[in-house]
Amino acid sequence: MTALTASTPRLRLARFRDLTLVPVIVLLLIAGAFLDPTFLTAGNLTNVLQQQAAISLLVLAEALILISGKFDLSLESIVGMAPAIAVMLVVPVSAGGFGIELPGLLVIPLCLLVGALIGAFNGFLIIKFQLSAFIVTLAMLIIVHGLQLGPTEGKTLFELPESILYLGSALWLGLPASIWIAGLLFAAGIAGLAYFRVGRSLYAIGGNSDAARAAGIRVDRVLWGVFILGGTLAALAGVLETGRLGAIGSNQGVGWIFMVFAAAVIGGVSMDGGKGTVLGALTGVLVIGLVQNLLTLKGVSGFWQPVVYGGIILIALMISRVAGGKAQD
Amino acid sequence: MKNHVEARNIVKRFGPTTALDGAGIAIAEGETHALVGRNGAGKSTLVSILTGLQRPDEGEVRFAGEAAPALGDRDAWRRRVACVYQKSTIIPALTVAENLFLNRQTTGRLINWRALRSRARELLETYEVDVDAAALAGDLGVEQRQLVEIARALSFGARFIILDEPTARLDGPAIERLFTRMRALREQGVTMMYISHHLDEVYEICQSVTVFRDARHVTTRPVEGLPHDELVAAMTGEATAAYETRPRTAGERVVLGASALTLAGRYREIDLSVRSGEVVGLAGSASSGKVSLAETLVGLRRADSGTVTIQGTPVKPGDVPAALRAGLGFVPEDRHHEGFVPLLSVGENATLPIAHRLGRFGTVSAARRRAEAVRMIEDLDIKTEGPDQPVGDLSGGNAQKVVFARALADDPAALVVINPTAGVDVKAKQALLGAVEDAVERGAGAVLVSDELDDLRICDRVLVMFHGRVVKDVPRGWTDHELVAVMEGIQE
Repeated sequence: MTALTASTPRLRLARFRDLTLVPVIVLLLIAGAFLDPTFLTAGNLTNVLQQQAAISLLVLAEALILISGKFDLSLESIVGMAPAIAVMLVVPVSAGGFGIELPGLLVIPLCLLVGALIGAFNGFLIIKFQLSAFIVTLAMLIIVHGLQLGPTEGKTLFELPESILYLGSALWLGLPASIWIAGLLFAAGIAGLAYFRVGRSLYAIGGNSDAARAAGIRVDRVLWGVFILGGTLAALAGVLETGRLGAIGSNQGVGWIFMVFAAAVIGGVSMDGGKGTVLGALTGVLVIGLVQNLLTLKGVSGFWQPVVYGGIILIALMISRVAGGKAQD
Repeated sequence: MKNHVEARNIVKRFGPTTALDGAGIAIAEGETHALVGRNGAGKSTLVSILTGLQRPDEGEVRFAGEAAPALGDRDAWRRRVACVYQKSTIIPALTVAENLFLNRQTTGRLINWRALRSRARELLETYEVDVDAAALAGDLGVEQRQLVEIARALSFGARFIILDEPTARLDGPAIERLFTRMRALREQGVTMMYISHHLDEVYEICQSVTVFRDARHVTTRPVEGLPHDELVAAMTGEATAAYETRPRTAGERVVLGASALTLAGRYREIDLSVRSGEVVGLAGSASSGKVSLAETLVGLRRADSGTVTIQGTPVKPGDVPAALRAGLGFVPEDRHHEGFVPLLSVGENATLPIAHRLGRFGTVSAARRRAEAVRMIEDLDIKTEGPDQPVGDLSGGNAQKVVFARALADDPAALVVINPTAGVDVKAKQALLGAVEDAVERGAGAVLVSDELDDLRICDRVLVMFHGRVVKDVPRGWTDHELVAVMEGIQE
């Protein structure tokens, strides 16, 4: 019976571990209100959410992949490359296209397809060919970005079809459509991982893939699906970012992956797999978004901001080390 | 009696190696059938074929006279055979309830967590497992996890269960409780296949035994009336006498001492003195603190108070290099974790502590290392291709011999050995215990910590620990019953 009494309080703590960042968010909101009068206004907060919408989809994708015990660095390159290739398949040569000029309405499906294909290729190398996920996606990070730079010759694409701009710039019920999309996808992610067998199987695979296999889970198939979904979400993030900025620059998405990992990890997703929740990852994105916004409002130089972000990651790690009590490898 | 499970003429090859060569097993309904054999005899391969994880190249498997289901039909397999694998298949980050119903949390679309927990509670109650369904599986002890695995295995409705070395990580009392449970299952008509390196367990719990050797079936016999040496001979292919402990007299010099050692939550006020030419055993259940105490002696742990002396000089607490310099050699509890570096060669692993003697100014002479390693390989009869083979490629028993070689490399005055024979076969076991006795005959003093009563027989005296205290000093000549009674705290 001693084990029973000992495990109950720890379980409760574990429940709340997903929400350790909620007090931090509240604190940031209060501190922000005192630091800058414009901070706690609907306009500014909407702005924060819209800016984080695209990167949050990457965090969602990375959280799913990390929970399954894998790794994907190449997501950030898909953010720029997938919409760029899709647009070039649609626009005329004069606008920087390939000259194929597919119908403009196809640009979003094409973009998502490119993302899915890259995810599938990653999955093939990692699962079927059994290569290290870290090295494969590191190589793919470089290759995929190169596949954007090559065809565009490093130029920014300005003349974009209407359809790709819509999602990133439209307002639905007074809020930017991108916030709705990110919100819905996160809700789907939270529910999927909590209440569906396929969602739970990610935890089983990330926690102990042999045990998952013995329990009849089709481990390879699920993992492959997760990589494809990850690539697709990254492409969708590219669509939202493209719509928000109105152009596709050659460095769209470049450098995001560090923030993505930071958000996922401070949100409680374990790099060793099998632990963490989508809700936790969401709180991680929000913390980073709010800090970013505060720094900008207070006029902190963009050149100094990386020091703050790195500091946040270290502090969050220390907090989870102290709260979790276990040494991290 | 008809056969509940039958595997006939099974052949399974992995590349150039033949794991099973026309082997088979027939298990009668309702019996507990032991499968024994040395490491590499093909036991694990048979388990994966009987559980439908691998397809045999030739031969067939039948359950209750019917052909086995297709390999892809996991559910059909699980209705016929349940398995508690050697490696834990519990996922620590998930709750007990979810582990029990992994990948079948729900029949509908959405998971109803409350219903899942109550189903789990029901299941745990059915099999009388006293575990909280809502607890995280990672917070459970080894024994509780195993009970959860057994309950899960049986919940598919299988009447045949395979237990693959279930006692490897359990202590004495927990093993007894497992056996009680197994007997109860047998009374309910459950057929079991039991794999273990411990022949005494086979005699205690099984009705028949099948022996595999070198990928082949050697014999199947009723356990009753089967002489112990005959069983060992069937396993090793030669007549082997039971291990004979050697008589000796301890010297006067204390080589390893401890006074008033205390580590909160582990052990309290421990005094210990090991003389030259003496083997002192430490026995006790998993919670007795025996392993923590041994780890403190070698510096892997640091006591809250008290001192450890090696050859009369106090050593800095919690400092392994200092203990080694003072003349200590040790074999850690988990060889995979602390014993060797799997990718490094046999020679390099074995000579790690004496590397400073193999060259000057921080260099290591490859030739001298090789010479030392060759000598050690001969001394301990390590089966290896040579000193350059990585230790990770060796079998469990031979890898453990490398760990021993490392511990003995510097001719230690004091030797601390923790669970030396875990997961090694009969012959390797005897060689390892012999190595301890050899070192002691050369004048060392040894502390031997073990969960195996058989290992402790080489000790001149056994200190029994209970809840962090030494409760009894038992001289040679004890019986199993006596020692277990003290270990469980039933003082007579």
